[in-house]
This record gives sequence, C-alpha cells and structure tokens, in this order.
Amino acid sequence: MDPVSVANLVVAGVLTGLVYGLMALGLSVIFGVVRVVNFAHGEMMTIAMYAAVVLFAALGLDPFLAIVPVAAAFFVFGYALQAALINPFITRPEHSQFMLLVAVAIIMVNALLMIFGPDARNIQLDYLLESIELGPLLLDRGKLYAAVVACVTAGLLFAFFKFTRTGTAIRACADNHLGARVVGLNVKRYYAFTFGLGAACVAVAGCMMCLLVDVTPVLGPAYTLLAFVIVIVGGLGSMGGALLGGVLIGVSEALAGLFIAPSAKSMFSFALLILVLLFRPQGLLGKRT
Amino acid sequence: MALLEVRDVSKAFRGLRAVTGVSFDVGEGAIVGLIGPNGAGKTTTFNMVAGAFAPDSGEIRFAGRRIDGLRPDQVCAAGIGRTFQIVRPFAGLSVLDNVIVGALERATGVAEARATAAAILEQLGLAAKRALPASALTLPDRKRLEVARALATRPRLLLLDEVMAGLRPTECDQMVAVFREINRRDGLTVLLIEHVMRAVMALAQGIVVLHHGEVIARGAPGEVVRDPAVLECYLGEEAQV
Amino acid sequence: MNRRAGTLLALVAVALLALPAVASSYILSVATLILFFAYAGQAWNVMMGFAGQLSLGHSLYVGVGAYAAAGLFFHYGIGPWAGIWLAIALCVALGAAIGFLAFRFGISGVYFALLTIAFAEFTRIGFDHIAWLGGPGGLFIKVAQREQFDFANLRGPPAMFYYLMLALTAAALALCAWLLRSRAGYYWQAIREDEQAAQALGINTFRWKMLAVVISSAMTAVAGVFFAFYYNTLFPEQIFNISRSIEIILGPVIGGVGTLFGPVLGAAVLTVLADVISEVLAAAGVEIPGVKQVFYGLVLLVVVMFLPHGIWPTVAKKLGLGRQD
Repeated sequence: MDPVSVANLVVAGVLTGLVYGLMALGLSVIFGVVRVVNFAHGEMMTIAMYAAVVLFAALGLDPFLAIVPVAAAFFVFGYALQAALINPFITRPEHSQFMLLVAVAIIMVNALLMIFGPDARNIQLDYLLESIELGPLLLDRGKLYAAVVACVTAGLLFAFFKFTRTGTAIRACADNHLGARVVGLNVKRYYAFTFGLGAACVAVAGCMMCLLVDVTPVLGPAYTLLAFVIVIVGGLGSMGGALLGGVLIGVSEALAGLFIAPSAKSMFSFALLILVLLFRPQGLLGKRT
Repeated sequence: MALLEVRDVSKAFRGLRAVTGVSFDVGEGAIVGLIGPNGAGKTTTFNMVAGAFAPDSGEIRFAGRRIDGLRPDQVCAAGIGRTFQIVRPFAGLSVLDNVIVGALERATGVAEARATAAAILEQLGLAAKRALPASALTLPDRKRLEVARALATRPRLLLLDEVMAGLRPTECDQMVAVFREINRRDGLTVLLIEHVMRAVMALAQGIVVLHHGEVIARGAPGEVVRDPAVLECYLGEEAQV
Repeated sequence: MNRRAGTLLALVAVALLALPAVASSYILSVATLILFFAYAGQAWNVMMGFAGQLSLGHSLYVGVGAYAAAGLFFHYGIGPWAGIWLAIALCVALGAAIGFLAFRFGISGVYFALLTIAFAEFTRIGFDHIAWLGGPGGLFIKVAQREQFDFANLRGPPAMFYYLMLALTAAALALCAWLLRSRAGYYWQAIREDEQAAQALGINTFRWKMLAVVISSAMTAVAGVFFAFYYNTLFPEQIFNISRSIEIILGPVIGGVGTLFGPVLGAAVLTVLADVISEVLAAAGVEIPGVKQVFYGLVLLVVVMFLPHGIWPTVAKKLGLGRQD
C-alpha cells in the first residue's frame, strides 16, 4: 500500500473520528455531569440519523440544515427524559439506573425496527459526491463538511460551558453536587438541561453520520459501545478528550480495517477499552479522581 | 512488649502531612484513648493500624508481628477489630445476619457463627431486635450493632472510632459499661478515638493526644487533661486552668 | 421454608414433571426456553445478586461453552458429556481472567459492566474469523432424526431436552439455595452491601468475588453446551450478541435480583407474556420484527421503575410463603 493511500485512509479516519467524537462528547457531558450511564446513547444517535433521512426523503431537507430542527427536538426530548424518568432515579443504586436506560435503549432500537424495518437507508447528495484535493491527498467532501460541523459544534459547547452563566452553574453541579445545592442551584433542572445538551450533540452527530454510513436500527448498540470506548479512552469529563478519543478510534478503525480485516476493526476498539480500563482508567486527558 | 506498638509512623496525602512521627504503645488488656482536635490525624492513624492504607514510614507491630501494609482482612485475621466513624451496617441484612458475618471469621461453620452472634447480641442488648433489618435500627442501636459485629470476630484489640458520638449521656454510660465489662471479663484491649470526654475519662486508663499529626502529650487521664499543651490545642492560647 | 411454600413447590414440581405427557410440542418448546433462561438467569444471579458485580457480557460464556462442545462434536465426534468439561474449563478461565483483571485493578460498577461487554464483543468479532468453527457462516451439528434417542450425544425428542433443562434448573436452584445459606452466601451479601466494611470483618473480598465469578461462568458454560445441542446451529453474531446478554439478565431483574426464585419467576412471566403478545399480534395479522423486543423493553422499564426488587418478593408475600431468600 503506497503512503498516499494510507495517508488518505488516515485522514478519512480523522474526519470520521471527529463525528464520533461529537457523539462521545454528548455522552461525556451527560456522564460527567449527571453521572448517569446513558446506555441509550447510540440508540439516540440512530434515531437522529433516521430523523435526518426522513426529513430528506419527505421534505428534501439537506442534513446540514436538518441539524437545527433535529437538535432542538432532541434537546427537548433529552430534557424531558432526564426530568421525567431519570431524575427520580438518582438516589437508586447504580445498576438500577443502568437497567432503566437499557430498557429505554431496547425500546428505541426495536421501535425503529418496527417503523423502518431492517433494511439500510442512506442519503445521496450530489454535491457531496466530488472529492476535494489537498496536495497529494484526496478528501471526501461529505466527510470534510461533517467533520467541520462536528468541530464547530464542539467549539460552541465548550464556549457555552466556559463563558455562560448556565454553563458555569452546570460545571459547579458536576464538581460538587451537594455544594451546588447549598448555594441554591436547582441541580435537577440543570441535570435536565445537561441531558438536553448532550442529546442535542448526539442529534448533530447523527445528522452528520448519515452522510457517512448507511442507517440501520442495529447501529444503536454498536454506537453506544463506541461512545463509551471513546469517552473512557479520551477521559471522562474532558471535552478535548472526547474529540481526541474519537479521532483515535476513527484512525485505528481505518488502519485496522486495512491491515487486519474490515470486519475486525471494532475488535481494536474493544481491546483499547480493556487496556485503558486496566492501566489508565482516567483516560488520556481525564483527571485522576 | 506491648500488644500494639506504633513506631514513628508518618503519612502524607499529596503534600498534606496528616500524621508525622507518631509513636505510642497499647498494653495488653489496657484501654487507651486517642484524643485531639479535629484534623489531628486520629482516624488516619486508626486507618493505618486497621490496614486501610499503609504508612509512608514507620512500623506498626501487633503481638510482636509487623502489620503495617497488611490488607484490612489480614489485619482482622491477626486479631484486630474496628468500627467506623460513620456506621456501616449491612443494611439489607438482619441484625443477626450482620453479626453472623463477623462471627464467621473464627467459626468453623454457619451454625457455630449463629450461636456466637446470638450471644454477642445478648451482651449488647440487641437480642430482641435480631430479626429486624439493620436499616430499621436507630442510631444508638446501629452503633451497638457495629460494635457487636466487630466483637464477633473475636479480636484481641478493638479499635473504636468515635463510637459515642450522637449518643445521649445514658446511652453513652451503657456503652461504657459494656466495654468495661468485656475488658474486665475477656481482657479485650481497646484503643478508642473519642471526643466525648465523659466516655474517655470513664474508660481510658491512658490517653494519647494528637495535634496536627503529632503526639503532644501522653499519660494517665488526670495528668493529660491538665497538661498546658493539651489545653492550648483545644482551647487556644488564652486558656487558664 | 414454611408449609405453604413446601406444598406449592411440590405441586409445581409434579406439574413440571408431567408436562410432556399433556402438552403440545410447541408448549414444550416454550417451557424448555423458559427453563433455559431461568437457568442462565440463575447463573448470572450468582455474580450479580450474590456478589454485586454487574455483568452485561454473559453471552461470552454461553457462546464459548457452546462452541467448545459443538466444535469437539463436529470435528472429533466427542459427545457433549465429555465436551462439557472443556466448555467449563474454558469459561472458568475466561471468567477468572476477567474477574482478576477487574478486581485487581479496582474496576467496579459501570466500568466492570463495560469491561464485560467489551470482552463479549471482542469475542464475537473474533469468532467470526475462526474458520475452524465455521466463521460467520455458522457451525452446524447434524440434527437428530425424530425417533433417534441417543442420550450420550444428546440426540433425541424434545421431551429429552425438556427434562434435561428441568434437571439443570432444579440443580441450579438447589446449589444456589445451599450457597446462600453457607459462609459464601453471607460473605457475598456482605460484599454486595459494603465491601470495605466486609474487609474489616476479615473477608478476603477478592477471593470471594472471584469465587462468584467462577461459579457463575461455569454454570453458564453448561447452558451454552445445552444451547449448542438443542438448536444445533451456532452463529457468532447471534450467540455472542449483546442482546443475548440482555435476555439473560431480564429474568432475574424482573423476577428479583439476588433472590432464589426470582430468576425462575421472571423468566416464566417474561416468556409467557411475550409469547401471548406474539400470538395475539399474529392472529391480528401483525407480523412486524421487533415487537417482542419492544415489549421486553417496556416490561423491563415498568419493573425497574416501580418494582425495583422485582416481582418475586411481592408474589411471595401475597402467597404467604414466609421468609424466602
């Protein structure tokens, strides 16, 4: 394999990885703040993908534009999910919370299966079919645009947490639950808000992802696992870590697909997860608690 | 050779020196109190004796054998029992089952453990509540359960971490009586951290005072409470005897 | 166990023993499936309900157990009664490895669950690439003729499989009942409640957690062997799938984690209701894939939200069965 082809593959991996990273960012925000294991994360991503596909098929809406309504809808949905279902569960033992979201995930995946059937769907956009030349490299236009959107969204989220009042309040809740309540912050409301934000991230990632892969309902569980692998590898509570983890996974999948076998690419991700859990549980950029 | 020998033990947590060069002995059959203001390093010392973590330097010997660095379960097997500052009952288990867990340490089987557990519950006045779930107990009863459970492991040395906190004076006196009795009858050695001076003065034969992680006084209760260094650390420099 | 519970148990036992004589082969197959999930759920329960370690990758042991026994039979004609030992050995080794890694490195709770998922998924993809075991195309054992009865090789009528599964489930119940009342039971419950407090009482928590993991994986391996010889076809994509792991835990979670009869009751309730739903929908002309799973999800949701201890404790109380574990 010549170096240029490998380089192209790596770049493609980086671009896809950034979209993975955005998905994982949503999970990192949820997990890091609300401390809830969102086992339905990948399923939410898949729903977003289907939303984009349906909007495109029915209204001809470009996925890049669909981001706005889908993200808004997901924010509301995420807020409601946390407020109605999960907030009452915060005091329950960990495995109860886990089971709750597993149940939600099962319902989501199979509802999608019932509505859309198992066959793959995708979106064909003419202007994405061309490639962009960057020196010797050949970049897939769709991947490039998707990656850019992912970075912009991540940047917006980062700015939100750093510079806005609500964002600071949420960070306070994450750092010290009891302390936040003592100073009068309505922690439960902020949890709901955060879940909404995480869901919105997933929505954007989903709209972008359907440009890169075909959509089937069974993607849900796979993406949930992927999101967790990325968050743990990158480091919990670190937004940069989520993106870095995403890129790492994207690149490793591309390379593993090349050097081992395409079907084996996920194996590498799982092996990486196991290694990180054992030797550096705080992840690459995470803080040691 | 004293039963428990703590020699020049130090522990720092990421730059914060919790305990520095602490040494003291606890003789067999004695009741020794470990007192000092909050943050003095009492519970840290306890935790090192109990095996929760190892000291950075120094030695801890129990019956002549070094125990610093052992795991908590190994320390218990060696003959040291402990209670926790914030009680930790097995909430989902019954009172009796809680103590059976402790008794299994020395018993050959569940039947024998059950008998031992029942006897200890009797001793601590919890026999009537044996079938209740531990979560249903009041705080004083939970404290008694904690003690019962630790006693069930048949320790030679019992570490009591602020076991009197939150108890009314009458309840405190009852606990004191129980410990006095076990100490007298079975020769149980006791090292207790306490803030409740009523209990310390009633129980302890010797006192060690910690302040900022160091031993600032030791001796018989009567002497220690008049020691100017001790008064200063508790009451501030303006204090007069 | 009080009088009432004893009588009820005896009645249920008689009914179960007599079932093949009166039931259609369809009902028999449903009953066998219930028993399978009751057994597998019980095996999982040892790790979760007793020792408090949440495993979401138990399909790993079902799969490895199944492939071990099936592989030996397929390639060397070695029967399941011998193959089961390899299955158990492999699964015990795997379980011990996972347990060791997790406990030594202090991985617990959600991270432990993710670790178990990662191992199962890794194996799933791995087995897709093992040509010797059929790869993604699957491994097929020759299906028995209806009249053939070869117990040594587990070739026989559905009733044979039913009784076998019934015996396994009964044995599992007996084993768990015995374990619960033994030192292991007390220590596991202590570890589950508060591991640090347990250590202070002299319990070597690492050793006892490992024991739970090893017993659980060994028991599940047996379920895998049964699976292989009952269904006769194995696909990595199906048997190692995370859906399998979730199916295994549904019974205990709905019935009652940590209880003795919870997994059995949960498996029974879930399978029967799911089947009723399927029948009703099929009769109404609705044949959509995924309906059954949505139903599972809803039941799980309702139980987790409103009956956190599962349905068994409530049922036991209503039936006046006295103090049950």
